[in-house]
Amino acid sequence: MRSTVAALLAKDLALEWRTRESVPAMVLFSIATYVIFHFGLDRDRVTGDLASGVLWVTLLFSAILGVNRLFVAEYEQGGFDGFLLAPVDRTALLVAKALALFVFLSIVELVAVPAFALLLLGPPLTQALPELVLVLALTNAGIAVVGTLVAGLAIQTRARDLIVPLIALPLLVPVLLAAARCATPLLSDGGAGALPGNWLAILAIYDLLFALIAYAVFDFLLED
Amino acid sequence: MLRGAGRRYGDRAALRDVTLELEAGRTLVVFGPNGAGKTTLLRMLATLLRPHAGEVHVLGRPLPSDGYAVRGRIGFLGHDALLYRELSGRENLSFHARLHRVATQRVDAVLDAVGMTGRSRDPVAELSRGMVQRLAIARAVLHEPELLLLDEPLANLDPAAAAQVAPLIGPASGATRVVTSHDPAGGLQGADVALGLRGGRVRLLAPAAQVTPEQIAELYR
Repeated sequence: MRSTVAALLAKDLALEWRTRESVPAMVLFSIATYVIFHFGLDRDRVTGDLASGVLWVTLLFSAILGVNRLFVAEYEQGGFDGFLLAPVDRTALLVAKALALFVFLSIVELVAVPAFALLLLGPPLTQALPELVLVLALTNAGIAVVGTLVAGLAIQTRARDLIVPLIALPLLVPVLLAAARCATPLLSDGGAGALPGNWLAILAIYDLLFALIAYAVFDFLLED
Repeated sequence: MLRGAGRRYGDRAALRDVTLELEAGRTLVVFGPNGAGKTTLLRMLATLLRPHAGEVHVLGRPLPSDGYAVRGRIGFLGHDALLYRELSGRENLSFHARLHRVATQRVDAVLDAVGMTGRSRDPVAELSRGMVQRLAIARAVLHEPELLLLDEPLANLDPAAAAQVAPLIGPASGATRVVTSHDPAGGLQGADVALGLRGGRVRLLAPAAQVTPEQIAELYR
């Protein structure tokens, strides 16, 4: 399965590199949202739980843009048929798409998190960065798995753009909650506090649980 | 082999009670007006659609239960090229070669066979429809399938290109073939069995040598 996943992932990254459809839109959306928060909250600087909330809500909504586009090439250009005609494990598509989304989210955050620190965040980010990267990785994993599952479900429907946020956002509330709780002490005034281990564990367990659910049901989504 | 095979889309029956058998290495040509069920038949044989009625055996294996066992042995050429527009022909074929575990040299060989080596690095989006069809044929035969399912394979091809791809998808390929066509004379050429569909039902099933172009034309009236 590894070589199939590698082939699918390489193809997805090549397509995104050529078209630049998802990642630039997600980055621009994130920065625009920070600007909106800046004026909406009427603050130059945010800290603690407010900073954490602004960061994760922005990243989550920008992720929805990527989720919406995840299977579009497969659906519109016959990629599903091409894949289904090959003698490969269908789970490879789930793994490859989740990895692709994970990579897209990570690239977006390479720009969006420093932009957040520059535009809105009160305390400097440098001290909390290693812990924040860990929280970002676990959050991205959760969004990638749930997003792939929901995108696979929605792609066959006419109201794809509506169905993705309607299903994905409620499913991702626990991720948002855990990520925000994890990041709050990292973004507080007076230096980074300790990472709350219990919320980090919840995030990791959520990732694992949805990875298992996605593994169990993804084949059925591809069935005619 | 199909026995009483049928397929619905919602309440509409696209294919009803189709029974036929095709020996290995033979060619079945399928005629019928638009909406007759030709594409549905091909997609069902390709394991892309589940039969809703009857039995379907492909390469000796029952579908859909043994779909996994036959997928790599089928070459499918449908209306869609199944190529990513932003990738080049070579990139698309290399991608499919990896899925089918085919050596990279085979990509060069099929590109050469369809006469697309010179344009193989151009994005598919920049190619003419005929060139895309040639690449689609290359994709369909890349893994040297035993069964070729060809939906109007010569569409968009000029006579020279059609002659060029004939060894890959024609009778000389040695594969068992199911080919749809709207050309009575051309379709019957090289076929062993002719099937005529209309409204999802079998209207004609006979050895191709015994079928006249007039009988085919009758399907379209």
